[in-house]
Amino acid sequence: MVVISVNGKRHELDIEPETPLLWVIRDELGMTGTKFGCGIAQCGACTVQVNGVAQRSCVTPVASVAGKEVTTIEGLSPDVSHPVQQAWLEIDVPQCGYCQSGQIMAAAAFLKTNPAPTDAEIDEGLTNLCRCGTYPRIRKAVHRAAALAAGKKV
Amino acid sequence: MNKRINPDLSRRTVVFAGVSAAGGLAIGVPLTAEAAVAGFQKVSLADGQARAKEMTAWLVIDPDNTVTVRIPHQEMGQGTSTALAMLVAEELECDWADVRIEYASANRNLRDGGKLYGDMQTVGSQGVRSQVAIMQQAGASARERLRVAAAQQWKVDPAQCSIESGRCLERVANRSLTYGQLAPAAALIKLSAEPAPKAPDQYRFVGKWTPRLDTAPKLNGTAMFGIDAQVPGMVYAAVLSAPEFGAKLKSVDEAPIKGARGVLAVVKMDDAVAVVADRYWRAQSALDRLDIEWAPGPNATVDSAQLDKAYRDACDGPMVSAKNVGDAAGALAKPGAKLVEATYEVPYLAHAAMEPLNCTVQLSPDRVDVWVGTQSPMAVLGLAAKEAGVAPENVYVHNTFLGGGFGRKTMHDELVHAIACAKVVKKPVKVIWSREQDMRRDRYRPQAAVKFRAALGADNRPTAMETKAAVGSIFRSLGMDPVTGGVEPMAVEVLATHPYKIPNNSVGVMLKNAHVPVMFWRSVGASQNTFFLECFVDEMAHAAGQDPLAFRRALLDRPDYLGVLDVLADKGNWGQPMGPGQGRGISIVGTYGTVTGQVVEVTVGADGKVKVDRVVAVVDCYHAVNPNTIEQQIEGGIIYGLTAALYGEVTIKDGAPVQGNFNSYPLLRMSETPKIETYLNLSGGPKWGGIGEPSVAPTAPALCNAIFAATGKRVRKLPLKNVDLKTA
Repeated sequence: MVVISVNGKRHELDIEPETPLLWVIRDELGMTGTKFGCGIAQCGACTVQVNGVAQRSCVTPVASVAGKEVTTIEGLSPDVSHPVQQAWLEIDVPQCGYCQSGQIMAAAAFLKTNPAPTDAEIDEGLTNLCRCGTYPRIRKAVHRAAALAAGKKV
Repeated sequence: MNKRINPDLSRRTVVFAGVSAAGGLAIGVPLTAEAAVAGFQKVSLADGQARAKEMTAWLVIDPDNTVTVRIPHQEMGQGTSTALAMLVAEELECDWADVRIEYASANRNLRDGGKLYGDMQTVGSQGVRSQVAIMQQAGASARERLRVAAAQQWKVDPAQCSIESGRCLERVANRSLTYGQLAPAAALIKLSAEPAPKAPDQYRFVGKWTPRLDTAPKLNGTAMFGIDAQVPGMVYAAVLSAPEFGAKLKSVDEAPIKGARGVLAVVKMDDAVAVVADRYWRAQSALDRLDIEWAPGPNATVDSAQLDKAYRDACDGPMVSAKNVGDAAGALAKPGAKLVEATYEVPYLAHAAMEPLNCTVQLSPDRVDVWVGTQSPMAVLGLAAKEAGVAPENVYVHNTFLGGGFGRKTMHDELVHAIACAKVVKKPVKVIWSREQDMRRDRYRPQAAVKFRAALGADNRPTAMETKAAVGSIFRSLGMDPVTGGVEPMAVEVLATHPYKIPNNSVGVMLKNAHVPVMFWRSVGASQNTFFLECFVDEMAHAAGQDPLAFRRALLDRPDYLGVLDVLADKGNWGQPMGPGQGRGISIVGTYGTVTGQVVEVTVGADGKVKVDRVVAVVDCYHAVNPNTIEQQIEGGIIYGLTAALYGEVTIKDGAPVQGNFNSYPLLRMSETPKIETYLNLSGGPKWGGIGEPSVAPTAPALCNAIFAATGKRVRKLPLKNVDLKTA
């Protein structure tokens, strides 16, 4: 039995401990916002936060997050009100949208440690792949999210 | 007449760069996140639609004024669904905040003999181009029927009824009815004559930066992709195909997974093995543990070195003529002609959409349901019917958003696997291809080689150009067409269709397929042929001692091309000095009904490392529906093109594709993404250009021409990662 907490909800799971967190979230818990892209931590489509830190769930054994708090795209905000989601909406970032859950979760974690990043820091800190090529808008939206978050604190 | 959508010439060039997002959003769309999400919840992605209340097969108006536009194309990120809805809203004069989108039903289309929505294929940058007249008519016709319905109710002349934002108004008695109130009556009205759609200069909405209708659900995980389908009782399958194309399954030792938890079946197919289990991970990890033996096919010793040579050699072999103007061979043989010769090569490329191929099928005695992100729901109907043994009209495609398509998702090899598995386990099955399966069982952009010979006259203009191309036939590979004439349009597009004025120009092609399957890949033949031609034009310019932009200009007489070049020269700082190791390159091409030019600025380090600094794109697609999604497509196409130019190659060893994941088939990351500036230079007129593909093609040649400007080294074989550009 593996006990995990996802988006504030406790789950007791009868599951092999080595199962990647990605497939637990998708197939056991039925939350499909977190996406499968590569299975080897190359693309970041599966990015979730574990104790607030971005982590690629396709290579994260579920047992390794026992006792930690996992946040998925579904748990980032109840109403798309997180500054990163707001910025993504304003800038109209997504194209196909498949990688965007991961992009958003990575950006939200990144901004916690770097609330006012430069372009170079964004480039270095956000390495998720997007085949549609939304990078120029992601860059713009990360700056916008930083501004929105800063404004909220005032 | 050359009509321009914006008569104000000072604003003719739409500048995206530097426009703040906030400045472009005042279109009356609910911009709070809650409103946007709430609005999108109504979008149905299900197949099968109630017809009782529809205005037409394209349009439904609900009592609460919700306008649902049925989109006969699919949404894979390219923005077609928003653009088509905008075209309807422009004519319908409804409130944009009331507009929803849903997919048109492929099943209904089939039952209508395929005549209702056409082929429903999302290919060839055709979304707006093929639907603009239909969508305009759907909107205009509904508006007039609503007006007549109001007039009948008020017993006045329809001319007395005006339209304003989803309502019919009658000024004399100062009364109004909403579209929602009028729709049931309007749905029964037949017009004596169809109204004409607006002229472009009457547009109030089309052409304005408009937020996409599909953004909000892509921000909170609610957008449904094929891989997200949930069907009661569903189980999962993982698949491994033979490594080499043409190899067959010989045997499977199931002992390693004996008693494995959740495993329901091992399904043996002709050239693949699937494991079906109660969870995807159990299926995939059991598959990984199987001991599988393959029987090699006839191509088990083929490798890329052999293929490279075969394509190069073919350029010197027999050709089928695809174009013959003047006497190129004669002009090239003239004594004293200044000759320029070069051979160019490109490898196979994978589509590598972020969402790997997957689908979910449910087989019932009298029907088949398929949940899949597809560029061709009609193809899914046909294939599912064939594999499951039912009539196509009993197949229902529940199309979802596509996590990228780029041409790959018109053929559904994974559907064959899903049906094979569902037949065995007698349950609904979701097949998910691993990334490795997706990349190694892709149908690739064809490998190709092209040999050019040109002669320059005394005035340094080309007098002759001979082009010989060797490339795989996509039609033959897909079994769509034997191409008995030997000339496939995609194989020679750009090479044979360029507008350069060269008095003697021959183009020959040899369609040459290896055992590796090839297919449509974003911008198709233009993607490699623009690299070939636009680099060679650059070579001719340098051989002539001329500026590459001026050289092109002198060979062109089309106003759209010349207009793009003018803006490109200006915005691309053409001719202005650059630092050491830096270079600027240009290319221009007309594809998918659109003219696109790009200037790439590059810095090449002494160590040979290429840094792409800036890309300036100028596009003439004649009319713009939504500059927002146009900008996205241009930026995305450039990044797609840069990935191909810098890194893209699928190589063959022992008959099998080598690359299997993003560690061996890298995609451009944000840190490598240059500054991209996009300018629209719209010249109007009767035609609407495509936008999903055109910007891919000019990127590689502009980049390689920039590298030549920076280093003096001419790149004739992609990808660049294999090219030594060291100067130190």
